Amino acid sequence: MSRQLGDHHRRFLQTMMTIGITSEKEAKTLYQHCCETHKTQCAPDRLEEFIEAINSRLQPMFMQIRKGMSEEDGQQHYALVNTAETDITRMTSDYADNELELFRKIMDLIVSSENGKASSTDILNSADMMTSKKLKKGETQQLLLRLVQDKWLCESQGEYNLSTRCIIEMEPYIRAMYQDQVKVCHICHNMAFQCQICENPSCGIKIHNPCVARYFKGRMEPHCPACDDFWPHEIPEVRELHSLSKR
Amino acid sequence: MTQRKRPSNTLRLSQSKRQSNSVMTQEEDEDVTFTQPSSSQVQRGLEKLTPAQVDQKTAEVVQYILVKDQKKIPVRRAELVKNIVKDYRTVYPEIIKRAKRIFEQVFGLKLVEIDPKNHMYILVNNLDTPAAAASPVKCPSNPKTGLLFVILSVIFMKGGIVRENQIWNTLKKLRVDPGQRHEEFGDVRKVVTEEFVRQRYLEYTRIPHTEPIEYEFRWGHRADMEVSKAQILEFMGQLHEQDPRSWSQQYREAHTGSSSSQNASSSQTSSHASTSRK
Repeated sequence: MSRQLGDHHRRFLQTMMTIGITSEKEAKTLYQHCCETHKTQCAPDRLEEFIEAINSRLQPMFMQIRKGMSEEDGQQHYALVNTAETDITRMTSDYADNELELFRKIMDLIVSSENGKASSTDILNSADMMTSKKLKKGETQQLLLRLVQDKWLCESQGEYNLSTRCIIEMEPYIRAMYQDQVKVCHICHNMAFQCQICENPSCGIKIHNPCVARYFKGRMEPHCPACDDFWPHEIPEVRELHSLSKR
Repeated sequence: MTQRKRPSNTLRLSQSKRQSNSVMTQEEDEDVTFTQPSSSQVQRGLEKLTPAQVDQKTAEVVQYILVKDQKKIPVRRAELVKNIVKDYRTVYPEIIKRAKRIFEQVFGLKLVEIDPKNHMYILVNNLDTPAAAASPVKCPSNPKTGLLFVILSVIFMKGGIVRENQIWNTLKKLRVDPGQRHEEFGDVRKVVTEEFVRQRYLEYTRIPHTEPIEYEFRWGHRADMEVSKAQILEFMGQLHEQDPRSWSQQYREAHTGSSSSQNASSSQTSSHASTSRK
């Protein structure tokens, strides 16, 4: 059902259009701010409902505020995404065809990698094998910079991974394109790129780093939740109270 | 100053291609051939379509305008008809009417026709902003906004029209030399005389009968819609430690809105000239 929106909804949406993605915590603050600005009653625990109301009017426009987890810190985030695969979506209007081809190649590299990352060397090499107009080395580097600026990719020490915004927005696409390859976290069942993998060859389940942290927290000897083999990886610290647990 | 922005990516690649002159001329030609259908034509057109078809087309138009507006470039009716509306041109007035309603009801934006002759649209913010409310969420701001604000201020304070040289001299005093590459803005002259003009923040016209050729600046349509003169005067007052009312003529113009149609609220939008356009 689509609902009537107030100015507090509209302001929230406008801010989302500016920032693209926000953590759940920030979203709550923003929700409160929007209600105060427009003197509307605010129920802090009803953010979901508030966003649902906006979505009811956005979805016919092929847009949505979608929730998803950050692989970095395990926190829930909201991202404003396009839901249409048409030729007028954001990426296609911002990037040339050959740049999109390289972006798809980067996705290939990331999805097929063990650790959810692609090195700049591998990316430069795959730029050499493009079918559309080839990108020069400098152009590829410029493109990578832009993809990071536009929050599609994240970079750290010469390696690139998909940003949280990108994972949330592209999830349907990635699941459709990489049906056989895409990994799913054993704990939260979302797609997993940066994760730990069970070393038992007949098991091999994946768990997001923040999910590992939460799952094994306080356990003396970590064992795989699927095959019960010893979990040989380093267990990261839980970063900040996970907002999901409050819900 | 930072409030509204849209899906935050902004790159001009495909855009700059669109700007090429040949395309523009072609679109202008198109527009001549596009005649606004009469209301009875629209009525008949609607009878042939299902409501879902019209909704779908409206959604496409909304998305197209949003994407274009990221770069602050006005959308031409001809381009809209050619790229999106296509076979639905007989019901074009109905589609635009619905799109306007969606922009207002869902996004808090107003679709404004800035040039009735060439039929160009821009989006401006439609929400009232109480002055005290700063958003708790940090929005990335565009450094060029400051540059634009200074230029608009100079034009406004000098009575609405300013010779090109006066702008360059003011900028030089602020250590922004149009002849040199600027760290943040790049080619300053190009940003001011091309980008701001294309976005309709500024008008840049040749002064007739001058030798050598000289140009002058005025406020563009978008500036009229989005930028608050009262806010500029407030800013000048702080800068010169002077009561804004002491510029009586400007004060009157800012507060009666004689040539500007908008209020302070829409000034918010001026800042969002999008982020990564560097």
